[in-house]
Amino acid sequence: MTDAPTIDVRGLSRRFGRFLAVDDVTFDVQRGEVFGFLGSNGAGKSTTIRMLCGLLTPTSGTATVGGADVGREPDAVRRRIGYMSQRFSLYELLTVDENIRFYAGLYGLDRARLERRRQFVLEIGGLAGREHELAGNLPGGWRQRLALGCALLHEPPIVFLDEPTGGVDPLSRRQFWQLIETLAGAGTTVLVTTHYLDEAERCDRVAIMHAGRLAALGTVGDLKQVFADRPILEVRSTSPVAVMSRLDTMPEVEKTSLFGTSVHAVLRSQRTTADQVQRTLAEAGLPVTSLVPVVPSLEDVFLDVVHRVERGATA
Amino acid sequence: MNRVFAVAVKEFRQIARDRRSLAILIFLPAFFLLMFGYALNFDIRHVTLAVEDRDQSPESRELIGRFAASPYFDVVALVHGPAEASARIDRGQVRALLVVPAAFAADLGQGRTPAVQIVLDGDNANAASTILGYATGLVAEASAVLGAGRDARLAVVEPRVWYNPELRSSLFLIPGLIAYIAMITAVVSTALSIVKEKENGTIEQIRMAPISTTSFVVGKALPYLLLSQVAAMLVVLAAMVLFDLPMRGDWFTLNLLLAVFLVGALGTGIVVSTMADTQQVAFQAAMLVAFLPTFLLSGFIFPIASMPVVLQYITYLVPARYFLVALRGVVLKGLDLSVVWPSVVALVLYATVVFGLSAIRLAKR
Repeated sequence: MTDAPTIDVRGLSRRFGRFLAVDDVTFDVQRGEVFGFLGSNGAGKSTTIRMLCGLLTPTSGTATVGGADVGREPDAVRRRIGYMSQRFSLYELLTVDENIRFYAGLYGLDRARLERRRQFVLEIGGLAGREHELAGNLPGGWRQRLALGCALLHEPPIVFLDEPTGGVDPLSRRQFWQLIETLAGAGTTVLVTTHYLDEAERCDRVAIMHAGRLAALGTVGDLKQVFADRPILEVRSTSPVAVMSRLDTMPEVEKTSLFGTSVHAVLRSQRTTADQVQRTLAEAGLPVTSLVPVVPSLEDVFLDVVHRVERGATA
Repeated sequence: MNRVFAVAVKEFRQIARDRRSLAILIFLPAFFLLMFGYALNFDIRHVTLAVEDRDQSPESRELIGRFAASPYFDVVALVHGPAEASARIDRGQVRALLVVPAAFAADLGQGRTPAVQIVLDGDNANAASTILGYATGLVAEASAVLGAGRDARLAVVEPRVWYNPELRSSLFLIPGLIAYIAMITAVVSTALSIVKEKENGTIEQIRMAPISTTSFVVGKALPYLLLSQVAAMLVVLAAMVLFDLPMRGDWFTLNLLLAVFLVGALGTGIVVSTMADTQQVAFQAAMLVAFLPTFLLSGFIFPIASMPVVLQYITYLVPARYFLVALRGVVLKGLDLSVVWPSVVALVLYATVVFGLSAIRLAKR
């Protein structure tokens, strides 16, 4: 592969009837990068991926994947990419080995290459000795790694993973991400969509999509910079909802969100202190177990981005 | 080409492991043949008959003897008088009554044509007219023998039926049944197999791969074509064993005819699969598309010539119509390609149109 295996997206949009699913999205992905796509369901992640795979024609804008234009040369794009979706598209009535052979045939691998890549898939999937088990009988984590292996059979320089870890136990997710990092280390470009924020934290760069638009883009560290002069207080209380309502009335508080049983309050400036907030809550007679400043998480960033998009402010 | 092969091999393996689709493909046709073959029989045998012999002559006994010897009638009662006869018909003990008039032998002897009365239970009009036909035949036969040498005025119609001299309805129905069974299994199994890939999401993975829709569809259809062809041939063989279907033509023409018909049916299944997203919907749509036209508009049971003109034109769109004409020709009349080629051309045309249609529908993105 002589093409620079990068993804270059310029003003990409896709309209379904009157619904604008993807709205003027621009970004690029470097070789060997793990690029995360974060967003709630219906944010436009899957539509974007489907356009990048040449499955959907963009309504406007351009995108090249591995140097090939997705609108004009979808076949060239498909030869350069591996794709694995949330549903692990394996044939459950075929064995591990038969699935590997089928996908190898689909990508036109010759016999020698098939044998070499088969070993690779069995190895990364920890599937040695289970070659003749039906794929449908494999536990979730193994199926997921087999699906990834099948998507990597033709050694694509670019891999699209569309919510690859849905319904898989935490240990398998961990192993899976180690695999992804190994791949990227070897120069494979990985574009992964997820709505698990802990997974997004492991990406080199994260793009947050909301309502079809690219609302934020950068490294996790960059994204957290939006809170550089807006401290976040974590308030633990036995009545978090009442605490939230009281905090929302304070002019010093920009916004609040519920994190389990605690409340995160974003303050408008560094000048507001934790003591001030604590006093206000005490005056209102609300029980506070603890009140401490916290380091912003990606979830804080995500909620902040969504909040700002909803308000119509430019990010 | 290797990609087509990869898809076909995968499909074969899946079918072999999926007992349900295997059963649909292999056993359903045989089951259909048995069920329809025995149930859809317009021949009527062993009609219960009461006889009132007012003549009691050797001639009348000769006539009654012919009814008794015929496989179509079982003489179950001898009655004396109309009251007894109608009571037996009312109670359903007999379906027909034969009354031989008192002057039967005398009339015959004097060269007059005696009138024999047949009373039928007309609750089933079709059956009644068939029974009447048998009875008329027997009477005509008997009167020809009994009247022989006495009077030349006894003109008897001698019907001669070609290809199916016994007028067995099964010979007419079984080719239709073969078409019907082949159509249903081919359409349903292809439609289901593609929709299953939609349901499981595997089709997504294939769309992402560098394989053209045509290669994918051909690879998927190939195993079903082979299996349907085998299943259809099994049905033909079973029909020969169970229903004495003659095979007067050559096997090559029969197989060719079946193959082009099945390709069209598979194409229909693919078109159905592009319109359905769940197996349930696909099954219903496939049954509707395959079942109704093949059953009603192909000439399988209802003669096309007796349909309203509008319907007659619609039958030109039903592939089974052409297949049936050709199949009956090959099986019953021993015709070969030199005669049935127009049907083959029509079937090829149909297959081309549905495959074109399915390619257009599948290519949409």
